[in-house]
Amino acid sequence: MNAPVILDRRRVLAGGGALIVSFSLTDAFAQDQSAPVASRPGSLKGAPFLDSWIRIDADGSITVFTGKAELGQGFKTAFQQIAAEELDVAFESLQVITADTHRTANEGYTSGSHSMQDSGTAIQNAAAQVRELLVAEAARRLDLPAENLRTENGAVISPDGRRLSYGDLVAADMLHVQAQPKSKLKDPTTFKVMGQPVPRVDIPAKVTGGVAYVQDMRLPGMVHARAVRPPSYGAQLTECDTSAIEKMPGVVKVVRDGNFLAVVAEKEFQAIKAMNALSAAAKWKETPSLPKQDDLLRVLTSLPSQDSTIFQQSDPSAVGQKTIEAVYTRPYQAHGSIGPSCAVAQLVDDAMTVWTHTQGVYPDRQGIAEMLHMPPASVRLIHVEGSGCYGHNGADDAAADAALIARALPGTPVRVQWMREQEHAWEPFGPAMVTRLKASLDGNGAISDWNFEVWSNTHSMRPGGAGSMLAAQHMAQPFAVPAPKPLPLPEGGGDRNAIPIYKFPNAHVVHHFIPAMPLRISAMRSLGAYHNVFSIESFMDELAAAAGADPVEFRLKHLDDPRGREVIEKAAQGFGWQKGQKAPQDRGFGFAFARYKNLAAYCAIATEVEVNRETGRPRLVRAVAAVDSGQVVNPDGLINQIEGAIVQSMSWTLYESVTFDDTRITSIDWQTYPILRFNSVPERIEVHIINRPGQPFLGSGETGQGPAAASIANAIASATGKRLRDLPLTRKRIKDAIDA
Amino acid sequence: MIALKVNGLYHEIDADPDTPLLYVLRDEIKLNAAKFGCGLGQCGSCTVMVDGKAVLSCVTPLLLLEGKQVTTLEGLGTIEAPAPIQRAFMEEQAAQCGYCIAGMMMRAQALLQRNSKPTDDEIRAELEPHLCRCGTHMRILRAVHRASRLMDTADASPTVHGRAQ
Repeated sequence: MNAPVILDRRRVLAGGGALIVSFSLTDAFAQDQSAPVASRPGSLKGAPFLDSWIRIDADGSITVFTGKAELGQGFKTAFQQIAAEELDVAFESLQVITADTHRTANEGYTSGSHSMQDSGTAIQNAAAQVRELLVAEAARRLDLPAENLRTENGAVISPDGRRLSYGDLVAADMLHVQAQPKSKLKDPTTFKVMGQPVPRVDIPAKVTGGVAYVQDMRLPGMVHARAVRPPSYGAQLTECDTSAIEKMPGVVKVVRDGNFLAVVAEKEFQAIKAMNALSAAAKWKETPSLPKQDDLLRVLTSLPSQDSTIFQQSDPSAVGQKTIEAVYTRPYQAHGSIGPSCAVAQLVDDAMTVWTHTQGVYPDRQGIAEMLHMPPASVRLIHVEGSGCYGHNGADDAAADAALIARALPGTPVRVQWMREQEHAWEPFGPAMVTRLKASLDGNGAISDWNFEVWSNTHSMRPGGAGSMLAAQHMAQPFAVPAPKPLPLPEGGGDRNAIPIYKFPNAHVVHHFIPAMPLRISAMRSLGAYHNVFSIESFMDELAAAAGADPVEFRLKHLDDPRGREVIEKAAQGFGWQKGQKAPQDRGFGFAFARYKNLAAYCAIATEVEVNRETGRPRLVRAVAAVDSGQVVNPDGLINQIEGAIVQSMSWTLYESVTFDDTRITSIDWQTYPILRFNSVPERIEVHIINRPGQPFLGSGETGQGPAAASIANAIASATGKRLRDLPLTRKRIKDAIDA
Repeated sequence: MIALKVNGLYHEIDADPDTPLLYVLRDEIKLNAAKFGCGLGQCGSCTVMVDGKAVLSCVTPLLLLEGKQVTTLEGLGTIEAPAPIQRAFMEEQAAQCGYCIAGMMMRAQALLQRNSKPTDDEIRAELEPHLCRCGTHMRILRAVHRASRLMDTADASPTVHGRAQ
């Protein structure tokens, strides 16, 4: 780990432009060598060489590379399953290397439920094509037609039982060829590893105290740093006498660069004590700049916005008879990682290495290189797991902190971990949002006209440039925060899932993009889909009630998509949903559905919620979900994601909002930003999977967030007869609604 | 110097007496399982056992621990020879990111050592000080129930050290 820059063979070859392919192999791939890049599957588009994904050494050991970062979703295990399946090798015989700017392809961010679609698809196709190359080579050596050969357990086998292992077959640069657009993928009915609930490869170390996280790294000579963050956005450091702090036990250095302030000590607790002293010594000039927390509806809808109609459909023959309207709001919400962000950095011979739990090693490298005025090639970012992030939390900022401090201590590895209050106050929050809906029902109780407006900031201020990182913003020569941009459709940001999946004769959807960001915000799991789906699916229930229709039947009436219909039916059936059935006393049933981004996994969730009418306290009793995520690789991993989405979304939906006064963020720990605890965990959660063998992988990490929120809101409405439209649906709001 | 027994081994700790146990475990003894989560005793990710009781190591200063026996997750078992609680969490795949899990497991272990057959309500009540952000709660509950069953059939005592004396 002390040699930060390693140029491996593949990189040297790529850099030198060498492309050495033996004749037999070019023959094997002769037809399509110049295929257009865009037609390659998944991330093979951007990184077409097979050996960017799969390396086989002469001893037969196989390494799989992914540019995505394992964040606790378990895809490292899923990728290993995919590669083992298509290569025909034992699961245990593979090793998966995740995001590292010196080893893996640039797959951008690990976000948007893209890992399976992008990287999983690339690995599947690369593995299949590598297997084909190995078979072709064996055919050449054995002088047999390739179709007479089969593969098994890391070897090609001839009809007469001769066995050539992959290690024997692989030649120096055999895999350094560009992928073909099409692969001979295995028939899903023959899968041995894919589709199985293979235990996660990372769990054993995590439950036995092994080194599992960047927080656990201990490099020789490593020191510990803590930053002292400003007390509020834009605060200026006016005075800081560091002389006493520099004399404190163990203190190695105080680093000050403009408003960036940090202290380094030999031991971690010494660094914390010094940080506290430094914090007390620092004097800041603060400027009140925050909006009124209780008035977000007015704040958001009155800020200047760039408005665009993102969907328009008209059919004048459809005429409404009854019209209803509703406004829904979402507060700022926090990622709230349990482990505050952490990074380790080391500067050796003008090369900076940063070990980080960032979701994007390449974009983050660009930002850090820019901040340090170093060439990107001299900066290496290596992903190491951290605490779950659920989007853009403090990870990138901690990486920048570590790099900036490590630059001041050449040769010495520096570990920085944020404090709880720093994570809570400084992470970029999930943006507050407002939606306004208006719809009409025709004489048959069908929706004839649908109007949807959403007001939102962007949902990504992720690095690329240095200006996205706190350390770079706070330096004496600061980098400006880049201008926010709306994320483009079809995936969208604030308008993610704003376009209804249902079929309405008339529909009009407007995105009010708000460039001004009163609070620091960025990507949080599912982006705008959480609030848009909450709004659409709550409103569908309001319309169903107005039409006197059953909520499940009402959704099906407006939905053509057969996979969506099947998911809805499956969840309803699993829940025991019956038209017109009454929930037990003080309980309600709720239902909601969405297809994430209208192009990823389908998810429907039915819930039963109990409301204590005296206190207003809601309790999720049970949830039943159905999910269609395309071809399933690891069913238990998928179930784990959906269970987690339901529980996390329930916490967002019932409890969570960032609080602030006119100057400071005031929700700075778990007392002031309470989240779900065990006394509110449901009695049971069931997840039903609809597997689609041979179909593309659909991302599933975020598909549950929106439906869970709306399903719970609908169940509360069913239990109380009162519709709540402002998130979170707190005990007080429910109680006030009951008493109103 | 303060003498501390951790996972059955004596350590002479050269740290300020106000140093929270968490930093002694991570920084001085180089253990990984106990995690920094909040430093405020609000999240449970730093939980270890002291004389068989679950303790929040981030708010427990070293000076209170002279002569005590500390058990961390490392003291219960290993990857090769996992303790029942560790086997149970592996078998239930009871983690997503897993950052909170070591603390949960230590409190669950302390519970199971004094009550080998806890009810679901007792487990939920016991785990109340612990936060999990990934939403792995259902699996964690199942894993504690499974650990209870495993302890019934296997030797309940941890494989290496750490049983309350």
